[in-house]
Amino acid sequence: MAPLPPLLILLPFAAGACLLCVRSDALRRILVAMVTLVVCAATVLLAVRPAAIPNFRVSINRHWLDLGTLAVEVAMALYVIYVGVRAKRPLIVAIMLAQAVLMVWFECSYGSHIEIARNLFIDNFAVIMALINGVVGGAIFLYALDYMRQYHQSAHPEFADRRPFFFALLFIFMGAMFGLVFANNLIWLFLFWEITTLCSFLLIGYTQTDEARNNALRALVMNLAGGLAFAAAIVWFYRKTGSIELQTLIASRQSLVLLPAALLCFAGITKAAQMPFSSWLLGAMVAPTPVSALLHSSTMVKAGVYLILRLAPVVAHTRVGLLVALVGGVTFVIGSLAAITTSEAKRVLAYSTVANLGLIVLCGGLGTAEAVWAGILLIIFHAVAKCLLFLCVGVVEHKLHSRDIEAMSGLIVKMPQVAVMMLVGMAGMFLAPFGMLISKWAVLKAVVDASPMLTVFIVFGSSATLFFWAKWMGKLLQVTESSERIGNELGAGEFIAIYGLSIATFLACLFFPLISSRLIEPYVLSVYGQSGSFSHGNLVIMGLMMAIVLLFPISFVNYGRRANIIKTVGPYLGGANLPGIERFAGSGGVAQNVTMQNYYLRELLNEAWLSRWGAVSCAMLLTGMVVVACL
Amino acid sequence: MNLWIRLIIYLLAGPIVGGLLVGWDRRISARMQSRLGPPILQPFYDVWKLWQKQNLVARRPQNLYIVLFLLLVIFSGALFFAGSDLLLVIFALTLGAIFFVLGAYTASSPYSFIGAERELIQMMAYEPLVLLTPIGMYVVTKSFSVHDIANHGSLLVLALPGVFLGFLYALVIKFRKSPFDLSSSHHAHQELVRGITTEFSARTLALIEVAHWYEIVFLLGWVYLFFASRPLLGVCASLGAFLFVIFVDNVFARLKWPAAIRSSWAVALVLGFGNILVLSLLQG
Repeated sequence: MAPLPPLLILLPFAAGACLLCVRSDALRRILVAMVTLVVCAATVLLAVRPAAIPNFRVSINRHWLDLGTLAVEVAMALYVIYVGVRAKRPLIVAIMLAQAVLMVWFECSYGSHIEIARNLFIDNFAVIMALINGVVGGAIFLYALDYMRQYHQSAHPEFADRRPFFFALLFIFMGAMFGLVFANNLIWLFLFWEITTLCSFLLIGYTQTDEARNNALRALVMNLAGGLAFAAAIVWFYRKTGSIELQTLIASRQSLVLLPAALLCFAGITKAAQMPFSSWLLGAMVAPTPVSALLHSSTMVKAGVYLILRLAPVVAHTRVGLLVALVGGVTFVIGSLAAITTSEAKRVLAYSTVANLGLIVLCGGLGTAEAVWAGILLIIFHAVAKCLLFLCVGVVEHKLHSRDIEAMSGLIVKMPQVAVMMLVGMAGMFLAPFGMLISKWAVLKAVVDASPMLTVFIVFGSSATLFFWAKWMGKLLQVTESSERIGNELGAGEFIAIYGLSIATFLACLFFPLISSRLIEPYVLSVYGQSGSFSHGNLVIMGLMMAIVLLFPISFVNYGRRANIIKTVGPYLGGANLPGIERFAGSGGVAQNVTMQNYYLRELLNEAWLSRWGAVSCAMLLTGMVVVACL
Repeated sequence: MNLWIRLIIYLLAGPIVGGLLVGWDRRISARMQSRLGPPILQPFYDVWKLWQKQNLVARRPQNLYIVLFLLLVIFSGALFFAGSDLLLVIFALTLGAIFFVLGAYTASSPYSFIGAERELIQMMAYEPLVLLTPIGMYVVTKSFSVHDIANHGSLLVLALPGVFLGFLYALVIKFRKSPFDLSSSHHAHQELVRGITTEFSARTLALIEVAHWYEIVFLLGWVYLFFASRPLLGVCASLGAFLFVIFVDNVFARLKWPAAIRSSWAVALVLGFGNILVLSLLQG
């Protein structure tokens, strides 16, 4: 048991290195499937028996380890500076230089004096994050095998096939994420943090079009800014307390470590794509779908909220915490409203991610036991449902050659399997009794207890959420033109990933009391000495609701039968219906086609205006946060 | 009263009271328009007649959504009268409403489609007002449970006047009354035809009607909650609220959807949230 975390970190890195050299598709499939299986099994093992994990130490020669860390950091810094110079982005060069000089100076002058009890650690929160990273990430990798083959063969033959590079990066990304959740040494944490930044930069720019390059650079510069704040936090924390351990930071007195905590929250906010940094995540959807799924669900943005939730006890009940919570709240409302205005499927998903992460940041900023409990619930349910939705949209995009929601009308007939899975994913995002709604409920309760005023964000944001999901669901169900079923909806890997995640969406709801009592509550208890939970009666009611929802598939069984009891007629079209599915003879006998389009409320809401003012207000809040922390 | 007896009374008497209220609504509306109006029992006759008609659909699965809608409306009402968590009641009701909307989408006629879109807009408009109600009640009573709120002992409306007015506003939207009858008009000869219910007929339409009766009863029960410490006053206030909605319906013409969202969100922000803000500042 003991060496599981280091194994989980090193195995994906090793697999990544191997995959870089594998050119054969068949060999790659085997290798990816095997490593994914091992990683999934290991994380599940961790989750099933978290209590059995003893504390462990890494007994490698520290000197060489430090030197190695430093070498990797310097190499990454040189590469980023090279990228910045080549792309003529002085800001990237400047931030990277500042960060590198700071870290090299710090490690050279203090490095040998720092006492570290433990470089890695493990607790229930880390186990939950590892489980999400392993299982959800694993599903994405299996999916990517089929998806990327189609991507290069039929969908986008114009892009260079760099699949070895692509899969290597995916695994390195996963390894870095494992490192991030298990690291106790802040310098290690920072190293893994920067690896995820670099990986996301390379993956977003995968297609090397102008748009991809620009968006990748934008992601890089924003995350580097967060990295700079992270580095400053480490230096400041060490100078104040003489320690660079995350556990020490969390256990320290507030007044002593408020500034480093605020800086780390800032870093978390950049990585979690909160306003004003949300544009990098919206731009990231130019990358192939598995990358979006990875960034949105199991890694990257979850690293940001992970850090913020870790720091929640430090910032709780401070003005810094309140400002962090406000950033999250504003992002939740603006992100939800902006999602209404766009008809591009991936963009809607991206806004919804930004919004939901806002809710988690809100929980982190509040920092009470209940809020942290609710925040972790959100992380789990969001990862599963959002990943499912991205993977489905990816399949649809390949088959229909469009990612426009309007083009998805009648999907229930064209691609019934994918459509049903998408409906499950969307229900998982906003309807009772599914996960996200359970979590939002928990958030609402936590917020009412901590600060009733902040409920205003949840109340308005949730209402907007309802609108954009429900109209998308409706679009999938509405059938206006006669359409054929598209054969061969899913490849093997896609099938496993999408079905697996839909089942996981249900299982997560059914086993949610278990997840909460076995994993989340022990963590929250260990930090706060108390925890949130649901009463037994409410759980029974949720179960009853689930039973009603499970009646729903009857509508598919019933389809086409009992023709003598219920008679099908053409819908009312305001004229004489013509043969064919939706046409009618209008005035003068002219045949008219029927088209229906969703409402985007653009008369009321303007995406650019929302983003601008959201960014301005959050930037002001963040400035305020740093100023307050300095005082 | 025993929980089960209470539930059985709700399940049996709910539709009767709801149907009678709808009958009165039609009668009073008619009198306001200088008409005689139908008999009080007309809604029951209507449902009975609908039940005997041939069931026509535009798309096969559409009717099942309505069955689920009815089930969930009854379920959320049952939760309410069983004294359970108010937020859960809202979630169940929302789930039901979403099934109704999805049924209309599935029917795939342009009129039911527009009705569905507008119904979603209406939901988006009233949801903040409805969600602020339990939050306000929680700030006063420190509980979300209907049972605890009803037995709190203080007249909640005195502490929550803004939230109460906001809830009345939501009631007009929820009942699809003018000026917010955006998603479904009572008379099918307008540009909207019948909106969200255009493609539903016979028994299915009857189920929608019955669901509406249950909804009326339990939303008026919600009004009662604001006055729960004085039962008689509570019943009068609930009936008063219903009369108010009828009155508003007859006085206003239909507004456009942006007005629905703007006005109700403004009401939620100023009256609802303002009320909660003042309360929590006073509690310090």
